[in-house]
Order: sequence, then structure tokens, then C-alpha cells
Amino acid sequence: MRIGVPKEIEEGEKRVALTPDVAHQLQKLGFTLAIESGAGLEASFDDEQYRKVGVEVIEDPRAVWQESDIIMKVRPPKEHPELGFYGVELMKPGQTLISFLYPAMNPETLNALSEHGVTALAMDSVPRISRAQKMDALSSMANIAGYRAVVEAAQHFGRFFTGQITAAGKIPPAKVLVIGAGVAGLAAIGAAKSMGAIVRAFDTRPEVKEQVESMDAEFLMLDFKDEDGGSGQGGYAKTMSPEFIKAEMDLFAAQAAEVDIIITTALIPGKPAPELITERMVANMKPGSVIVDLAAEAGGNCKLTEANKVVVKHGVTLIGYTNLPSRLAAQSSQLYATNLRHLLTDLCPEKNGEIVVNMEDEVIRGATVVKEGEVTWPPPAPRISLAPKDDVGLKAKKELEKPEPKPAHPLAFLAPLALAGLALFGLGSVAPPEFIGHLTVFVLSCFVGYMVIWGVSHSLHTPLMSVTNAISSIIVIGALIQISSDSALVVTLATLAVFITSINIVGGFAVTQRMLRMFRK
Amino acid sequence: MSTGIITASYIGASALFIMALGGLKHQESARRGNLYGMLGMGLALLVTIVGLVSQNHFLLIVGIVAGGAIGWYLAKKVEMTQMPELVAVLHSLVGLAAVFVGWANALDHSSAAQTSVEQTIHAAETYIGILIGALTFSGSICAYLKLAAKISGKPLQLPGRHLFNAGLGLLAIWFGVEYVAAVPDGGIGWLVLMTLIALVFGVHMVVAIGGADMPVVVSMLNSYSGWAAAAMGFMLGNDLLIVVGALVGSSGAILSYIMCKAMNRKFLNVILGGFGNKSSGGAGSAGPAGSEDDIKPIQAEEAADLMANAKEVMILPGYGMAVAQAQHTVFEISKKLKEKGVNVRFGIHPVAGRMPGHMNVLLAEAKVPYDIVYEMDEINEDFPKVDVSVVIGANDIVNPAAQEVPDSPIAGMPVLEPWNGKTTIVLKRGMSTGYAGVDNPLFYKDNTRMLFGDAKDSVDAILKHLSE
Repeated sequence: MRIGVPKEIEEGEKRVALTPDVAHQLQKLGFTLAIESGAGLEASFDDEQYRKVGVEVIEDPRAVWQESDIIMKVRPPKEHPELGFYGVELMKPGQTLISFLYPAMNPETLNALSEHGVTALAMDSVPRISRAQKMDALSSMANIAGYRAVVEAAQHFGRFFTGQITAAGKIPPAKVLVIGAGVAGLAAIGAAKSMGAIVRAFDTRPEVKEQVESMDAEFLMLDFKDEDGGSGQGGYAKTMSPEFIKAEMDLFAAQAAEVDIIITTALIPGKPAPELITERMVANMKPGSVIVDLAAEAGGNCKLTEANKVVVKHGVTLIGYTNLPSRLAAQSSQLYATNLRHLLTDLCPEKNGEIVVNMEDEVIRGATVVKEGEVTWPPPAPRISLAPKDDVGLKAKKELEKPEPKPAHPLAFLAPLALAGLALFGLGSVAPPEFIGHLTVFVLSCFVGYMVIWGVSHSLHTPLMSVTNAISSIIVIGALIQISSDSALVVTLATLAVFITSINIVGGFAVTQRMLRMFRK
Repeated sequence: MSTGIITASYIGASALFIMALGGLKHQESARRGNLYGMLGMGLALLVTIVGLVSQNHFLLIVGIVAGGAIGWYLAKKVEMTQMPELVAVLHSLVGLAAVFVGWANALDHSSAAQTSVEQTIHAAETYIGILIGALTFSGSICAYLKLAAKISGKPLQLPGRHLFNAGLGLLAIWFGVEYVAAVPDGGIGWLVLMTLIALVFGVHMVVAIGGADMPVVVSMLNSYSGWAAAAMGFMLGNDLLIVVGALVGSSGAILSYIMCKAMNRKFLNVILGGFGNKSSGGAGSAGPAGSEDDIKPIQAEEAADLMANAKEVMILPGYGMAVAQAQHTVFEISKKLKEKGVNVRFGIHPVAGRMPGHMNVLLAEAKVPYDIVYEMDEINEDFPKVDVSVVIGANDIVNPAAQEVPDSPIAGMPVLEPWNGKTTIVLKRGMSTGYAGVDNPLFYKDNTRMLFGDAKDSVDAILKHLSE
């Protein structure tokens, strides 16, 4: 099948759905590839790089839409500013569109796709289950957005992130508050931390505390009891109770007066972003502080932010860029194209360049919003497999913690000693002194052996066995004593024993030496 | 030569043997230790030949030279993967020698004992020595055949085998009593019967033990060969034999104990029954441990990338690696990674391989330096800091079910814990289970990637990508 990649036409969109690296891997799956001329230019991939890996470069964007079996895009289809076509109207049944589509927000696109009888997969609808992580474009873009948010904040913040003591005086470290510790939040924490800032983070889901702390940031706790916790479906937080929100707002108000930079990432799917930073809090911030609002597109976590703009209000810079991933176009194109490749790998199990939209597959089912002209969005609710599994693990752990065995009587150890003593006493009363002498040697040797062998390195246990083998052939002494006998039978047996033990002695020592010689630093 | 000199030499030889074993504390002193061992053996042989042998020197020399040549040849020729077989064969020879020496002693009436108590004790010593020797012999032969896959590794479980064993034991005691009573004028018939019984017992004991328990069997036979030597020492009134026998006997016993502990099994349990047979009814072994959806395959190229970009890589080899002859390539991979600044270590489970310490020898043969090879107990705590763990040809020893599933047949067995690290790559042919027949939840974990295919092909492909 032929995959076509048109140039993105949204203003400020620099990403592209195919990179030369990924093109190479897609060809291995059996696909042929075409790209609109100049599509990757803003992400630093020129036409020549694509040609080099065997991607056809096409001048006419219409041809890309008409002549490809699969169209891969970043943004949902939109009217072309110069050529005045929309894209979807050029498609026909049998074609497939893979792109971010936001079906909830773009019902008219969905209808158009359905009317033209095509199949459409929305990258934003890939279910957020562990198996689908490799194609979760929302996560990979959020990661980039979080990182870039810190870079933007640093750009507009008039001070250092890291603290220093210089000859000219002390530079205090910047204090960064990250609200929402999802993928973007964690990326922001990591970036701010590595630039040397003091980072605090807040999230309504208590289970992310560990992740935040693992990145060496401080997790802010609310002085508030809530039984459910704040986890909603699909890795997002849910809307909280009014009491909770009040406690939360108090916390933010206190923090706003103290921190230099606030990065908000709070989104609730299908709803406007919650207002977390009020105008009063902004006014209370130190002059020169920066707020980066990653929820700007959904209305913003601060009402003062304006989407796609940088504004200064009450002396605080508010950054409302909605195209942060696009501001790291080369990296985000690479990750997005890789997400697409993983999806295509699942769609093309035979690796023959033919895709099969298997609606039995949970991931493909979730991503498919239009199947051969039929709208299949929204998908059925995902099955939740995680929670019960955890329970089993917990139960197992509990069962493993068996009660300690009852402590033995403090004098119990005397019993075997007494028994051994009695046995020795009995033996000593009948056995000849010579035997007792040998027994002494035997018992002491057992103890010596016990002490010596415990000291042997575990890695040398095989040489230990071969060397003990060689020395246990000391039995040869017995045969040597007997070999001078006058009885032919005894001599024969003794000779055989000498022969056998010689194999053992030489073989045992030689193989031990051979092994030990192999051990080297 | 006076008895005093002989005895003094024997004391010296005993000390040298103890130093030989003590030398194995560390790799650096081990080779010198082995030299002490040879020296001790040489001293004991020389003094005995010069001091106690009065005739038949020719036979003696022929025996030593012929046997030595064969031993030398075996030691040079053996593959390191076949070490367990060689050790089993050598054990059988010790057992056989003990039988010969015991029989020769029983037939030789020149040193007729004095008092009746002494006579009784002497007869009992001879009897016990031959008994242990014979069962070591037949048991080791059987173990050799199993290890060399000449007979099935599956445990053979006769109906009523416990009764059978008990019967053999009672017969051996009865014959022993009869033999001791008949000595010194006869009783050879009893001795023949007992030897036969001991041979049968040795075979039956080993065939009833499953393939996974072979490390225990090999160390147990090691122990028996020591006890046989000690019994010979008592019989001949020779302290050197007693000392050496006790050393070897306790060495084997400790190895058996370590192996049993590493598999969380009771020694008696291993001896009395096959592995995984009686516990297979538990819920832990029924069905797969996860859904097929959760398996995340990976290609060699990505695996190589993951390893090259890691800071800490832990390689966890199992016997499967040796079977596929992949250890040399694995070492090349570790060298390549080291050049890239990756800290590579090897983690060894005590029962990886088919005898104690076997995996260490196999890695040493592949020139892996021993200071990057660690024991399970040394590295288990380090896994949270490990970026990539690579499991090659191992299964049960990295099975989290041992800790998480209380009714699993391997519950409580100490295992390596790669799942605490960031990513685990498992090289595996397919989704089959290990020796214990237990499915492995590790393969379904979020941070596990499966690299399917023959271990050798997979590591070759990884090495190729690393070299590019």
C-alpha cells in the first residue's frame, strides 16, 4: 500500500507525520511512501533526505490526497489557505486517514469522512492502556510540551534557575510549581530540576506522589481527607468535590506568593480546563514571575492567559502557547512518526504492506473513528484490568508473610548435644581406644571441613567439586597397602583400584587447573 | 621407612589438602591451592609406595601410568558444558575404588584382628565402606547417563518406591548383622548380596530425581564419595583417609545444602521425589500467568539500542545460554557495551547451570572477567538502579511467581529480581515454561520486552547492531 504525507497547513504547525528514519522502517513493513514537497522543511528534514531513503516527493498536494491508500497527518484536515481545497473531499472509499482528529470537537470532519466512505484512525483516541503506550501520541507530545514549557519559562524569566554563590553575591535558585503531574507535568519537573530549580508539584491523584518524589521534586500534600482519591478513567484526573477544591485553592494561593514560575497542566477530557490560578493569585506573585499554561487551548488554568500569546499582567508573564510540541518540531515529528509506525505495525501483522483494520483488537478498535464510511466513535468503554491485578498481588504478599515460627525453648539446643554425648559415652565404654582415636580425627576433620568449605567462593564451586574428587581418591593409599599381598585376588583388586584412582587423581587435578586458569580479571 | 616418618608425612599431606580447599576462597589463591593439593597427593603416594609396598611394583606402576594417562586425556578433552558429566564419572570411580579396596580388605586375612570387639568393629567398617562405595558408584553412573541425556531426565517414580527403599534398607541392615556375626571365618556371601543391594539402591535413588534437581544429586554424590573414603580410613585404621574423607564429605554436604536452599527445597524432599509432580495441582501452575496482549515483543535492533543507551546493564544467564553456545557472543556484547561506557555486570543464580558454580565456569571459559560476575545475593538489591536487565536462557530463576504466588510450586524459592529494574529484555525461543513447569509472570510485566528466537541468533543480531 502507498502512504502519502501532505504538508501541514495549520499556521505555526511545523511538525510532519513522517521522518526519513521512520520511512526506512515503514518500507520494511512493505509500504511505499510519498511526501508533499517541503512537508518536512520546518522540522529540518528537506526533500533530499526523503528522496535518499526512497520516498517519492510530490509537488501537488492534491495528488497526495488522491493517490495514496493511507494518508498520515498531524493536524485534523483543514481548508488549504491558497489552493482552497479541504482534503477529505478528494478521498474515496478504500482510503484510510491517520491523524489527530479530536472527534469530540470536530463532528463535521467526522461526518465528511463518513460521507466519503473512508476509514479514519484518530491518534488522540488510541486507548491509554499499557500495550498501546508505544503508539500513544498524546503522551509523546505531552512529554515534549512539558519540556518546552520549562524552556519557554526560562526564556521569559529574568533570572537563573540554578542557585549560585558568586563573587558578586548570592543567586537564589528559582522555585517552580508544577500543577498536574501527568506526562507533561513530569517532563516539566524533570527539565526544571535538571536546570537546577527547586521544584514542587501538585496533583489530585495521590498515587503519583511516588513518581514525583522519584524525580527528586517535592510533592505538595493537601490537608484534606478524600476517600476516592482523584483518579479518573484513562489516566486523567476527575473533577473534585467543592471542599477539595477550596483546600486546593488555598494551597495554590499560598504557593503563588512564594514561587517564581508556575506551570499548569490540568486538563479534564471533554470539559473546559479547571480554573486553578485566579487573578488575585497572579497579582500576589512576585513581579517578573512566569506562568506557563499548558491548558490554554481548553480555556486555560488561569483565566488571564490568552491562547497562542504571551501577555504580561500584574507584572507576571503569562505564556499561552498551544503549539509547544511544534516548537521542537524535529523531535516531535520523530516521536509522532514513530507512534504512527507502531500503529501501522499493529495494523499490518503480515508485514506485507497491507493494513487490516481488526475491530477485535482493543487498541485498533479504540483508534478507529470511521470504518469504511460508518462512524464508530465513541468506542465501547475500555476494560479495566489493572485494579484487580493489584489486589491479587497484595493478597499474595499478605499470605507470604506467614506468622513467625514459635521460638524454641532457650535450652532446646541442649537436647541434641546431650544425645550426642550419651552416644559417645556408650561408644567409649565398649570401643577399643584405637577406634576412639580415629573417631576423634574424623569428627574434628568434619568441623574443619565445615569451616573451610563455607569460606569457598560460590563462583568456585565447580572447581571445588573437581578438586575434592581428586583428593578423595586418597583411597589409593588403601590399595597401595594391599597390593603387596600374596593373594592373587587381592592383588588384582588392588591393582584395579590403583588404576581407577589414578584416572581420578590426574583427571581431577588437571581439570581443576584448567578451569582455574580460565578465571581472569 | 619408620612408621613415624610415614605418619608425619600423612599429617603434612592432610594439612596440604586443607590448604588446597582453603585456597578456593578466592580466584587469586585458587591456583596455588590446587598446587597444594597436588603436592599433598604426591607426598602421600610417595611415602606410601616407598614405605609400605614391598612387591608387585610393576603392576603398581602400570596402574598409575595407564590411569593417569586416561585421566589426563579426559581432563584436556572435556567441554566445559560437560563438566557435570565428568564430575559424575569421577565420583563413580571413587565409589568403585572404595568397593575394590573394601573387598580386597575383606578377602585379605593377613591382618587378622585381635579381640572380638575389634573384629566386630572392623567388619562393620568394611561393610559400611563397601555399601557407601557401591551406591556412590551406581548412583553416579546413573547421574552421568541422565546428565548426558543417555536416559530420560524425567523422574522415574515406581509405585511404592518408598516401601521399596525401606525394604532395601532393612535388608542391608539384616545382611550386615549376619556378616558381622560370620566374620572372620566366612560371610562373603552376605557381602556379595549387600553389594548388589547397594548397587540397586544407588540406581533407584538417582532415577527417581528430576532433571532440575541434578545439581543437588551431583553434590550429594560428591559427599558420598567422601564418606566412602572416610569409611575406608576407619577400616584400614588410616587417619589420612579419615581426614580427607571427612573434608570431602562435608564439602559435598554443604554444596547440597546450598543448592537445596537456592531452590527452597528440603533435602529429604529432593531425595525422595521428583520435581513438580505432586504440586502440579496448585492454582499457581494452572494456565498462563498473564494475557497474551501484555507480551511486548522487541527486535534485536531496538534491544541493542536500549543496551547501548543504558548506564547499568545486568546480564542474567541461565543454562539455556550454554546450550545455545551463546556465552562467547554475550561476552563480546559486554565488551562492546563497556567500550561505550556502559557498566555491564553478570548476575548468577546459585542453580543456574547443572552443578554448583557451573555458570561461573562457563562464563570464565568465555573470558568474562570474574570481577564483573556477581552472586544473586550481591546484586538483587541493585536492580532498582539497573537500566536494562537481559535474561538469556533462564526462566525459573527469574520467576516473580516465587514471591508473588503463594501456591506456586516454586513459591519461596529465592530468585533474581530484574522486574525491579527499568527494563528487562528476555531472550526466549517461545512462551514455554521452565524445568518447574510454571508460567512466568515476568514475561507479562509492563517493563519486560520479549526478544523471541534462538538465543545464539538473537545475541549475534544484537552484537551486529552494536558494532555498527
